[in-house]
Amino acid sequence: MTETAILPLHALAHGRAGDKGDRLNISIIAFDPADYLLLSEQVTPERVAAVFADRAPTSVQRYELPRLAAFNFVLDGVLEGGVNRSLNLDSHGKTLSYRLLGLSIEVPAGRLAEIRQANER
Amino acid sequence: MTKDFLIACGAGFSGDRTDVAAPLVEALVADGRPAALFFESLGERTLALAHIRRSEAADAGYEPLLAEMLAPVLGRCLEAGIPIVGNFGAANPPAAARLVATLAASAGHPDARIATLAGDEVSMLADRAGFDALGIDRSPRGARHLAANAYLGARPIAEALSQGAQVVVTGRVADPALALGPLVHHFGWSWEDWDRIAAGTLVGHLLECGAQVTGGYFADPGLKEVPGLERLGFPIAEVRADGRAVITKPPGSGGLVSPATVKEQLLYEIHDPAAYLTPDVVLDLTEVSVETAGADRVAVSGARGRPRPERLKVTVSVDGGWLGEGEISYAGPNAEARARLALGVLRKRCRGVERLRGDLIGIGSVFADEAGSYLADRHGSGAAAWPSGTGGFADVRLRVAVETTTREAAESALREVEALLCCGPAAGGGARGALRRRINTWSALAPRAPIEARVEVTLASAAELAGPAAAEAVDD
Repeated sequence: MTETAILPLHALAHGRAGDKGDRLNISIIAFDPADYLLLSEQVTPERVAAVFADRAPTSVQRYELPRLAAFNFVLDGVLEGGVNRSLNLDSHGKTLSYRLLGLSIEVPAGRLAEIRQANER
Repeated sequence: MTKDFLIACGAGFSGDRTDVAAPLVEALVADGRPAALFFESLGERTLALAHIRRSEAADAGYEPLLAEMLAPVLGRCLEAGIPIVGNFGAANPPAAARLVATLAASAGHPDARIATLAGDEVSMLADRAGFDALGIDRSPRGARHLAANAYLGARPIAEALSQGAQVVVTGRVADPALALGPLVHHFGWSWEDWDRIAAGTLVGHLLECGAQVTGGYFADPGLKEVPGLERLGFPIAEVRADGRAVITKPPGSGGLVSPATVKEQLLYEIHDPAAYLTPDVVLDLTEVSVETAGADRVAVSGARGRPRPERLKVTVSVDGGWLGEGEISYAGPNAEARARLALGVLRKRCRGVERLRGDLIGIGSVFADEAGSYLADRHGSGAAAWPSGTGGFADVRLRVAVETTTREAAESALREVEALLCCGPAAGGGARGALRRRINTWSALAPRAPIEARVEVTLASAAELAGPAAAEAVDD
C-alpha cells in the first residue's frame, strides 16, 4: 500500500469565487496539471457540497476543463439571496474560494516530497 | 489584413483606482497601433445604488468617481484618437454624458463627439404593460418596483463608434460588450461570425475586471507572489483580426500577467464554461488555451461561439427596505462569552426587524496599538502576559446586521447596539453603526425585440451637451 499524506487543496490548486445573484462559482485550478486527475477524484461535487453544507446549497455542479487543468464549481442558493439581499459582511461571497481551498486532499507521499521541493525552489 | 487592435481596461468596478488609466493611455500612445480604452464600473450592487441616488436627485445616478476616472486621460485620448467606452452612465447616462462634456470642454475639446446609449432601462415598458407583457419570466412578489435594466450587447456601441463617437456613455450593457464594440468596429467582423464575436467577448471578459487579470485579487504570500501590488498595471489586450489575443500590461508597472492570473479571470463569474450567455454570442470556453508569450504576456486563443440567445437578461430592482449594521468589541478573558451574551440581548431587544444576523469577528484590534507591535508580537512577549486558559488573546467583534422595512426600525436596532455600552455585558467598546437604504434585485429573461426596438444612440458635441448642463445648474 502506498503511503499517503493529507494536504489542504490550497497547496495544490488556486481559485477565485464569483457571484451572480444567488449563484456562486468557484474555479479550482491545479498549480501543476499533473495533479488534475488526483483533484478530479477528490474534489467531487459531493465533497464540495459537504464543505458548504451549513448553507444548504440547492445544487452543486462541477464543470471540467482539462485543457486548463481546472474545474468550475457552481453552487446555487448559498449566497443568502445574493449581494443586494444578503446580511453577510461579505455579501458577494468573495472570500468563499478560500473556504473550498481548505478541503483536505490525500496525496501519495512521493507527490508530497515533490511539492515541498517545488516550494523550496 | 486589418491591423491589430489594442484595447485597455481602465477600471474594473465602481471605486477602482483612478490613477491607473493614465499609464495605460501612455502605453497605447507609445505603441501607436489603433486602440480604445474602456471603463467597467457597473455591477448588480452598483446599479442598485445608482437607482437609489437617481431617485433622490434627478441629475445623479451615474458613476460617482466619473470625473476622477476620466479627467486624467480624456484630453490625451481625444488628441490621440483613442475612443473611450464606459458603462459609467449607470442609471443615468444622459447626466453622465453632460459631465463628460463639461470635462472635455474644460480640457479644450468643445468639439469632442460624445455618444449616449439609451434603452437599457425598460422600467417604463414594464410599468405600462406589466412584467408579463414584457415577457419577463419572473417577477418580484410584493415589493415596490423601482427599475428594470436589460443587458444590451455591443452593437449600439459599435454603431456609436462608426458614427464618429470619441466617448461612448452607456448604462447597463453586458460587461464584455464594452470591449467587443470597439473590436467589431475596428475589424468589421460580421455579427454572425460567431467564433470572432466569441473571441472579442472573451477579450472583454478577461479585461472587464481590470487588475483581476494582471495580478490583482491573486496574491497569496508563499504560494502566489505578485510584485508591486501597490502599483498594479491594468490590462491591455493586443488583438489580431482572427480574434487571437495577447494579454499584457503597461511596461514598468507592478503586477503579474501569467497563465495562472489569466485562468482565474477566465473562469470568474462563469457558470457553464461551454455556454457563457451574453447578448451577442454564446461563448464556449472549453477549448480556450492560455500560453506564456513572454514576460507578462499571455496568449489566449480557442474561443468558440454559437448563435446569440433569443432572450436578454434583465435585472429588476425593487425596494429592499433598510440595512442596519452595528458592531461592538469585547476582548481579553471570557471575551467570546461576553460577545455571545451581547448578541443574545440584541436578539431579544431588536423588535420590528425582518431578519437579524450576528457574527463574531476577530484576531486583534481593540487591544492592539497604532504602531502594530501587538499584532506583530501576537505569539511573543504579549502572550506571556496572559495566564494560560483565560482565552486572553480573544478579541471578538460582534457584528449584527438587520433588515427592516422602515428606517425607524433599523435606527432602533442600531440604538440597541449602542445601548450595550452601558446596559450590555462587561467592557464592550468601540460601538459603531451604519444605516443604508437597500434595493434588492432579481434577474429575469425577456424577449429581445421589444427591448432592442427602443435602443437609441444619441451623438452630440461636448459644447452642445455641456451648455444645457450649465443652464440646469443655474436653474437648480
